[in-house]
Amino acid sequence: MKAFTTHKGIVAPIDLANIDTDMIIPKQFLKSINRTGFGPYLFDEMRYEDEGWYGKDCATRPLKKEFPLNQARYQGTSILLTRENFGCGSSREHAPWALDDYGIRAIIAPSFADIFYNNCFKNGLLPIILDKGTVSELFEEVEANPGYALEIDLANQVIRRGNGGEIHFQIDAFRKHCLLEGLDEIGLTLQSAEKIQAFETGHRERQPWMFDAIR
Amino acid sequence: MAGKTLYDKLWDAHLVESREDGTALIYIDRHIIHEVTSPQAFEGLRLSGRKPWRIDTNVATPDHNVPTDLDERKGGIDTIVDEVSRIQVRTLDNNCDEFGIKEFKINDHGQGIVHVMGPEQGFTLPGATVVCGDSHTATHGALGCLAHGIGTSEVEHVLATQCLVASKMKNMLVKVDGKLGPGVTAKDVILAIIGEIGTAGGTGYAIEFGGSTIRDLSVEGRMTICNMAIEAGARVGLVAVDEKTIDYMEGRPFAPSSDMWDKAVDYWRTLHSDDDAHFDAVIELNAADIEPYVSWGTSPEMVVPVSGLIPRPEEQSDETRRKGYQRALEYMGLEGGIPVTKIKIDKVFIGSCTNSRIEDLRAAAAVAKGRKKADSIQKVYVVPGSHLVKEQAEAEGLDKIFMEAGMDWREPGCSMCLAMNSDVLGRGEHCASTSNRNFEGRQGAGGRTHLVSPAMAVAAAVTGYITDVRALPNV
Ligand code: SF4
Repeated sequence: MKAFTTHKGIVAPIDLANIDTDMIIPKQFLKSINRTGFGPYLFDEMRYEDEGWYGKDCATRPLKKEFPLNQARYQGTSILLTRENFGCGSSREHAPWALDDYGIRAIIAPSFADIFYNNCFKNGLLPIILDKGTVSELFEEVEANPGYALEIDLANQVIRRGNGGEIHFQIDAFRKHCLLEGLDEIGLTLQSAEKIQAFETGHRERQPWMFDAIR
Repeated sequence: MAGKTLYDKLWDAHLVESREDGTALIYIDRHIIHEVTSPQAFEGLRLSGRKPWRIDTNVATPDHNVPTDLDERKGGIDTIVDEVSRIQVRTLDNNCDEFGIKEFKINDHGQGIVHVMGPEQGFTLPGATVVCGDSHTATHGALGCLAHGIGTSEVEHVLATQCLVASKMKNMLVKVDGKLGPGVTAKDVILAIIGEIGTAGGTGYAIEFGGSTIRDLSVEGRMTICNMAIEAGARVGLVAVDEKTIDYMEGRPFAPSSDMWDKAVDYWRTLHSDDDAHFDAVIELNAADIEPYVSWGTSPEMVVPVSGLIPRPEEQSDETRRKGYQRALEYMGLEGGIPVTKIKIDKVFIGSCTNSRIEDLRAAAAVAKGRKKADSIQKVYVVPGSHLVKEQAEAEGLDKIFMEAGMDWREPGCSMCLAMNSDVLGRGEHCASTSNRNFEGRQGAGGRTHLVSPAMAVAAAVTGYITDVRALPNV
């Protein structure tokens, strides 16, 4: 997994609450059996006039000009700024894959949907929760300043604004550690393999009907 | 010390390790696999040279994009028209064969929507931890187990380690008391609950549904309720075990065999919240106040009783909500202030893991009997949740009732719940649907979904409009 240490990038604002996973990556893309290649279809319905599918050439597709990712000033963006409950809806991991494949490294919002929030950390993306007021301030700054960028320093849990201001954010210590090190979660868990085995032995004694039923 | 909630008990019984950071390793008893969220997980296992920890906890079946049209379905995988769908279903077969995982293949007797198949096979057990790479896994919680939806990385994690990394949630009790009026169903109850607490109201909570109304529901009705816990933001929905649960389990193919049955049942009887258990939040609803519900917008909290009006955005004081309502109404091609019964319907979908079990089909058939689909309705899809449900319905003659009413009786699968196969809405079409999500584009790009109960879906099919099923003669 990609490690996340510090990252500086252009911020793109999407001023909408409750952006669901269908909007992030519409369901027709779930059919792919790959983990990569979803970037060109990120926000497909909001971004293009026509319908997309996995493998479609996006170079000639008609764009919805008002959508931020289609505007010149936000090209090369790697930080999304958005509103409440981002990522609600299904558990599809294609959503973080699509964001990652597009080049997004961090998302800033007042709140995230649970499953999506979890899925971000498993894919090297950093979701940052800031209070509503701060998010609104950032929206104003982004809109007023073309090329607006932020620097995110995960180790110090700080976002640095161009004007020198700093915003602190909260993050769970374990998640932070894994992101900083780019640690694979399965490998981490398997460090506890003996504990799992011991639990399993006891569980089999307590609830034997849970075992060997399916063949 | 306060007693434990059902969720606390299930959590404690599966806790392998608590980590300093507040997360924990939870042991997983049952893992259901389908074709959409698993290929990348199996790919991950292969890439890292890992093997499944324990094979006998997994069952797989393709459901999300299997065709539900008989002609396309007959020939199995080979006749799936859409190439990508075909590849996904075939990939599931190959992966299950390679790793030795039990699979109900596309036209096997046991095939069905994951959340219909698990309980009906007795694969889902009270007291178990159940996971599946689909957010409606909470459905299984109706049997008193700890079930939640996971993402593809977690599918791989569970396969490789038999554990899930989880954080303990807070406890919420949603208590519904009293008798439901005639024509009011489990679906209406859960839509009313979501309307009350909102789509983020349950975020971070495990919701236990209790109260006399929930106890009076059948196990299938409870599944409908738990199914949509995620639409209220909660990953977990639960109902305590009672005699109905135990009766439901008896005789299912994977249920505990006779020598272990009594021991299992003794344990299952302990699976309820203690009287003095502490809940972090309690929401109470009165069953008598619940009418048939209909969604008018693009989020499951955008619901009103069938006697209600579509809300006017300009009357919403909260700005985010006002904007959301405006956008939703624009997308839906509707206006605030009009009665929901003025909404004209183009297609009807009866199915999905919310409402495709035998009792749902019976409820739908009871309304359809002796009636005809309105001429203005293009198509009515009736899609049973599994092959077993389909057979049972046919044995009861329900298929004939639907066909005589001009409705399509189809093969089991997710179908138009998410429209990954060719069952889709056209742009701008309105659909009365028994599924669980009314997001933009969910049932086809530009499609407009109205969430309703099976009986209400048929009422819409026979009148062409959203209609109060209680107002139809002889219902
Ligand atoms: S019926 Fe719909 S919600 Fe249920 S598992 Fe299938 S796609 Fe998911």
